[in-house]
Amino acid sequence: MAGIPHDSYEPSTRAESWLHRRLPVLSLVYDTLMIPTPKNLNWMWIWGIVLSFCLGLQIVTGIVLAMHYTPHVDMAFASIEHIMRNVNAGHMIRYAHMNGAALFFIAVYAHIFRGLYYGSYKEPREVTWIIGILIFVLMMGTAFMGYVLPWGQMSFWGATVITGLFGAIPFIGEPIQTWLLGGPAVENATLNRFFSLHYLLPFIIAGLVVVHIWAFHTTGNSNPTGVEVRRGSREEARKDTVSFWPYYIVKDLFALAVILAVFFAVLGFMPNYLGHPDNYIEANPLVTPAHIVPEWYFLPFYAILRAFTGEVWVVQLASFLTGGIIDAKFFGVLAMFGSIAVMALAPWLDTSSVRSGRYRPMFKWWFWLLVIDFFVLMWLGAQPAEEPYATFALIASAYWFFYFLIILPLLGVIEKPLPTPDTIEKDFDDHYPPDGGASAKSVAAE
Amino acid sequence: MIGKFTLSAIAALGLAAPAVAAGGAGHVEDFEFSFEGPFGTYDQMQLQRGLKVYTEVCSACHGLQYVPLRTLGDDGGPHLPEEQVRAYAAFWEVFDEELDDFRTAKPQDHFPGSGDENAPDLSLMAKARAGFHGPYGLGISQFFRGMGGPEYIASLLAGYTGKEKEEAGTVFYENTAFSGGWISMAPPLEDGLVEFDDDSPNDVRAMSQDVAAFLMWTAEPKLNSRKEDGFVAVLFLIILSVLLYLSNKRLWSPIKRRGTDDA
Repeated sequence: MAGIPHDSYEPSTRAESWLHRRLPVLSLVYDTLMIPTPKNLNWMWIWGIVLSFCLGLQIVTGIVLAMHYTPHVDMAFASIEHIMRNVNAGHMIRYAHMNGAALFFIAVYAHIFRGLYYGSYKEPREVTWIIGILIFVLMMGTAFMGYVLPWGQMSFWGATVITGLFGAIPFIGEPIQTWLLGGPAVENATLNRFFSLHYLLPFIIAGLVVVHIWAFHTTGNSNPTGVEVRRGSREEARKDTVSFWPYYIVKDLFALAVILAVFFAVLGFMPNYLGHPDNYIEANPLVTPAHIVPEWYFLPFYAILRAFTGEVWVVQLASFLTGGIIDAKFFGVLAMFGSIAVMALAPWLDTSSVRSGRYRPMFKWWFWLLVIDFFVLMWLGAQPAEEPYATFALIASAYWFFYFLIILPLLGVIEKPLPTPDTIEKDFDDHYPPDGGASAKSVAAE
Repeated sequence: MIGKFTLSAIAALGLAAPAVAAGGAGHVEDFEFSFEGPFGTYDQMQLQRGLKVYTEVCSACHGLQYVPLRTLGDDGGPHLPEEQVRAYAAFWEVFDEELDDFRTAKPQDHFPGSGDENAPDLSLMAKARAGFHGPYGLGISQFFRGMGGPEYIASLLAGYTGKEKEEAGTVFYENTAFSGGWISMAPPLEDGLVEFDDDSPNDVRAMSQDVAAFLMWTAEPKLNSRKEDGFVAVLFLIILSVLLYLSNKRLWSPIKRRGTDDA
């Protein structure tokens, strides 16, 4: 296998040799856990383990919930109350599942922005990045369908609004929408297929996670310098890396424990903080809630969806050029999916020869503006579609595309990056001097 | 760098709360409830008083269809003795599908649903309304004061001004907590309407709070044990975090060329 040179697995007992000749599974485990990992990773590299934990948590709690849940429009809401009141620890399992979805998205957004800042998506990690975006898209689909299952007011009306997006596709939109819903509107058939898919998709995500890990275990992890691990020899590689076990596993577990302490505080003390009160009202097709707001983790993309109204000149131009095929509604849908697509294309849009944002003086500003933009969009997604929010949303949406389509390609040409360290070892030694830290300590003491 | 990301994550939590939720723009008073905050628990006597208000007043129109009668005996709830639960259950008539007729309720039955089709079921009302919002849709208010469901209920019940108006044959009553200011539900409470065995105050404000607390229990019956579990989990994870922090520091010290005495 390609990758960083390292010691490979040697069966040490007769039983291991016996198994190894027949199925080299221990070798696979060994190589995965002992993989040489850059020794300068900072705390932004802990989100992978948090995400793995979340996936496991959601699958385990989800399987238990599915044992007690009834996917039928007349019984779904009551079966959730059955879980909350009669099932042993049912309330904790359900709250863990609800808030687990939120933690999952906090972690995935942190993970994605880490990749964007440190240029983790760049050559040769494009495949890791693309698969990551694919996982993110599937996560959004899974979360959306999961939110429909309790069959509350926001479940029902959220499903109506979001599946309505597909109806905006010219010519084939309405048949697609009917096909997705299993009928002309959100009803029992919709609930059943969403339940089925909500159970299926996490396992597809799990499969993609394996491929995601396989891909970056082939290229090696990225790291805060963006400088590659030396691969000339084992000795050289050893100077830049430590093995994943135990160094990063213990570090990651520490980070996970801290995050879980916060998670369980939310679970125990304010489990409904991130939810909508409206979803404790059973779905009623005859009563529309005053404000239909998606879950917080969809809000940035929901804001982009709503930003492009018929009054925007770009929309009018698109409509004119296509003879009206692209109307405002369809433009919004294209913009929403486009905002994720441009992220997927980042490896090719970013023309800079330097990976890490640490050595890119101009890039840094634009990056942090993107982070702020993301939170502004999140806030705008929950505001009513009226002025001044509509104008803000348009500006914020425009910046999202501006960053990926203009800034990333342009900066590679006009920006003069700072010098990068020659090796990871050098970067590490600058932080932790080889003389035992004596000089650094004496400075700190004074 | 790390700090900024952490801040972002915290900001995400803050932004996450719904900007505009059910409940509307009426004035909601921030009543003190015993179950507020991480360590707050239900006041058993208050839940019993609230049950009495519900039974004698609200139940005339509103149901509690998701609440099993037997849970009135549960720890962390009104905690009625077993005989009282049975006697209380017998007070209700429920529809039995097997008999195709009404019969006297047993503890394993649920409370009946709403008798008046215009009156919403109250089982989950305390979680289906938000009393507090903002500021600016940032969810900070809910973070510190809670979602405000029970506060909304108490404010609504105590929020009648006494003014009435008639529109298209329906009488509306002015209410300071209700969105729009006019509600079709007649003022259900008046001072001294319900007598409490323990001589607790039975003015409108007191009864409003008692029944709001009771309805919080019907919506969230496992609140007490949930907070206990949360507390144990957080304590355990803090200890685990400290141990993992020390392990991590010790493990890395040779790599970072620091003496172990440093750890």
